[in-house]
Amino acid sequence: MRKQRIVQVSPVSIDDASARWQDILRSGAEAVAVPLLAVLGALVVFGIFVSLAGVNPFETYNLMYAGAFGSWFSWQNTLTRAAPLILTALCCALPAQLGMVVIGGEGALVIGGLAAAAISQALPDAAPLVVQIAMAIAAMAAGAAWIAMAGGLRHWRGVNETIASLLLVYIAIAVFNHLVEGLLRDPASLNKPSTPHIGDANMLSTIPGTDIHWGLAYGIIACVLAYILIYRTTFGFGMRVAGGNVKAARMVGLPVGRLVLVACGLAGASAGLAGMVEVAAVHGKANASLIVGYGYTGILVAFLARHNPLAIIPVAILLGGIGASGGLLQRRLGLPDATVLVLQGLIFIAILTSEVLYGRLPWLKKVKS
Amino acid sequence: MVMFVPDPAAPPASGALSLEALGMSKQFGALRALDDVTLKVEAGSFHALLGENGAGKSTLVKCIMGYYTPDTGQVMVGNHEQPIDSPRMAHTLGLGMVYQHFTLVPDMTVAENLVLARTDLPAMIDWKKEHVDLESFFVTMPFRVPLDRKVAALSAGEKQKTEILKQLYLKRRFLILDEPTSVLTPGEADEVLGLLRDMTRRNELTVLTITHKFREVFAFADSVTVLRRGRFAGSGKVTELTADDMAKMMMGDQKLPDPAPRMDYMGSGSPREETRLAIQSLQVADDAGQPAVKSVSLRVRAGEILGIAGVSGNGQRELVEAIAGQRDIAGGAIVLHGEAFDASRAAMKRHKLSCLPEEPLRNACVATMSVAENLAFRRFDEPPFAAGGWWLKPAAFREAAKQVIARYRVKTPGPDAAIGQLSGGNVQRAVLGREIGGDVNVLVAANPCFGLDFAAVADIHGQIMAARNRGAAVLLVSEDLDELFELSDRIAVMFSGRIVFEDAIGNADLTVIGRHMAGH
Repeated sequence: MRKQRIVQVSPVSIDDASARWQDILRSGAEAVAVPLLAVLGALVVFGIFVSLAGVNPFETYNLMYAGAFGSWFSWQNTLTRAAPLILTALCCALPAQLGMVVIGGEGALVIGGLAAAAISQALPDAAPLVVQIAMAIAAMAAGAAWIAMAGGLRHWRGVNETIASLLLVYIAIAVFNHLVEGLLRDPASLNKPSTPHIGDANMLSTIPGTDIHWGLAYGIIACVLAYILIYRTTFGFGMRVAGGNVKAARMVGLPVGRLVLVACGLAGASAGLAGMVEVAAVHGKANASLIVGYGYTGILVAFLARHNPLAIIPVAILLGGIGASGGLLQRRLGLPDATVLVLQGLIFIAILTSEVLYGRLPWLKKVKS
Repeated sequence: MVMFVPDPAAPPASGALSLEALGMSKQFGALRALDDVTLKVEAGSFHALLGENGAGKSTLVKCIMGYYTPDTGQVMVGNHEQPIDSPRMAHTLGLGMVYQHFTLVPDMTVAENLVLARTDLPAMIDWKKEHVDLESFFVTMPFRVPLDRKVAALSAGEKQKTEILKQLYLKRRFLILDEPTSVLTPGEADEVLGLLRDMTRRNELTVLTITHKFREVFAFADSVTVLRRGRFAGSGKVTELTADDMAKMMMGDQKLPDPAPRMDYMGSGSPREETRLAIQSLQVADDAGQPAVKSVSLRVRAGEILGIAGVSGNGQRELVEAIAGQRDIAGGAIVLHGEAFDASRAAMKRHKLSCLPEEPLRNACVATMSVAENLAFRRFDEPPFAAGGWWLKPAAFREAAKQVIARYRVKTPGPDAAIGQLSGGNVQRAVLGREIGGDVNVLVAANPCFGLDFAAVADIHGQIMAARNRGAAVLLVSEDLDELFELSDRIAVMFSGRIVFEDAIGNADLTVIGRHMAGH
């Protein structure tokens, strides 16, 4: 039997702005408190895990903090890792506005990185800025096409976009390996097949006064644009309607299929740009170093941020920090490098579980008049 | 040696049970759903429980059946006070309930459904023996259904009979029916209720039925209890009451707005004969891909309401969803103002198409978006809501919403509240404001008053009639024949995906329509 929730709505003056603000504050506090509790819970379980490995959990927390945020050096390391995470998280968060779960950001990143590396070889004599713009456009176009395929399969053939986008990752990696080991291979790369270096002049520079490359800025700008798109434009309004209730969207004639394709395209472009940033700012070429799971960690970031583009930025920094601290744990405590992946997994499970807490935190319950 | 002396007050071991609920109260948050309600049902009587939507009828029977624990009050079964703290306890005492919607497993046969409902099932079921037992049980029953037929293959009337047989098979002696006839044709309803009444006459069963159909009360019930806003509003023998008496008990002294006057549409230059909505050999598939609408053709002219009657599940939902743009069409065409309709937003705006779907929260709103946003779904991409066709102006949303909220008396904490927080009637009024607040040329309404109280129903009927009087072509699909007879200019009956009957409302006759609803 369906349980009916009985909600008493009292006719308050509609000009009552203070009640509105109270409500906004309450839901805002909840949106921060619940994920925070989830992360804390995951940290506690992680502590138990490392103590089973014979390591003092508090020492571990301490070291992780030092490795992620303890010094300017670790901050820069963290922010450099956060840059691609911000972009791959958008790849998950944008289609999520339409109620879709796209987890194939890794594929768009790989294809985007490959396209960027390839286009740089086609423009040997162009000015660095031109090459960089061409790399960005090529990477975004390739990534957009890649995720739009998952959207198209969903729209025209009814294929589940989660499965389609995941399987497209494997195809992307296969295509990547095929080309990097064949047509696009730099003959000089012997035991690690790579494309030729894009040229030092064409590398993205760092933000002045830091060692952090401009990819971080790209990510932050992309998040702000995505936020504006979702909450302040008619396109985003259509996305939110279709994501909230596709029947209502069709009833008012919204082009649901087009919304799906465009949202997936934008999502893929974002992850593709992450691939370009990794190639043009970090590695200088496309090789296996590109395929390290930024696309998957981006999913975690997006879920942790509840698919809010602005919340993605701090969450990506947090996750980037966890990643950055892995090396220190390995060196100081003799824990395997993958230990931080355990923490990431625990956080993901805790976040999914914490959904039940919304509306149930005793001190944030709606005050009934 | 102690002689066993039967307690004169003990419930009889078989036959009809009496039941009394005394001083029942139940509070949900700020809402007092039941307030000191008393209900007395004599053994072997057919008792009707009347009341508007939200009067507390369902809450009362759920308290009796142990789904809810009342805050105060007690239940006496066969003159014994019985604390009923779970449905299982109620079942043990011989109380059973038949719901408005079916609870049978469609993929199982009638026999399997009956046997599996038992609580004392052995680990291994001896189906041969069970069949023999069922056959001998059926001999004692006034009606039967084919035991080996799958429930999915039964008609609605047969399903309802199976639900009732299941209760009797489980040896329930006090049966509560929650609007049992809402899914039946008038003929099927009369048959089922008649058979139950005969059982009460033979003192085998007591029946308590929740209903809002006076016709059924007068035809079948012995006595009646009326609730109003969670309180006891009156009771009595049916023979001593008139329909007016009961209506007064149900409504109290609230006044209904007069039904909207039906006026002939003159239009501004356009003749009444102008066809606004034409449906040509339309075919639509259901969710499973099976044909649900099979070659339906209809015409609705300006200033006219075409009512579509039918038992639910005969393709009406798919028909409405196809016209509303929510479902792809498999064949045929929907033609608005002589132009094939492609369900695009531009076409909807051009033809001023509006829809009032059933369950508006599920079919026409996004529960998590604000009232203001939901109210703007039709116009969010035009000024003043969007500058340049793309940049949203939240202040304009709020301003426009305030006007609709005031004009349609939507009770909401404010335009920024999520629409999912509002009660059903207020969501319906908000959608009404959005859909027919502006100009309407073609209106499609499907059970627009489902689950609403009298006052809200009269309000919505008035709005639909007003839209018609302004020249809108209205297609009204409803399972409520009273509603169709009140509003329609012409009435059609849909059965098994086809239109099987169509006539002007003045010529239509309830029995003829009932026969067509049943497919005869």
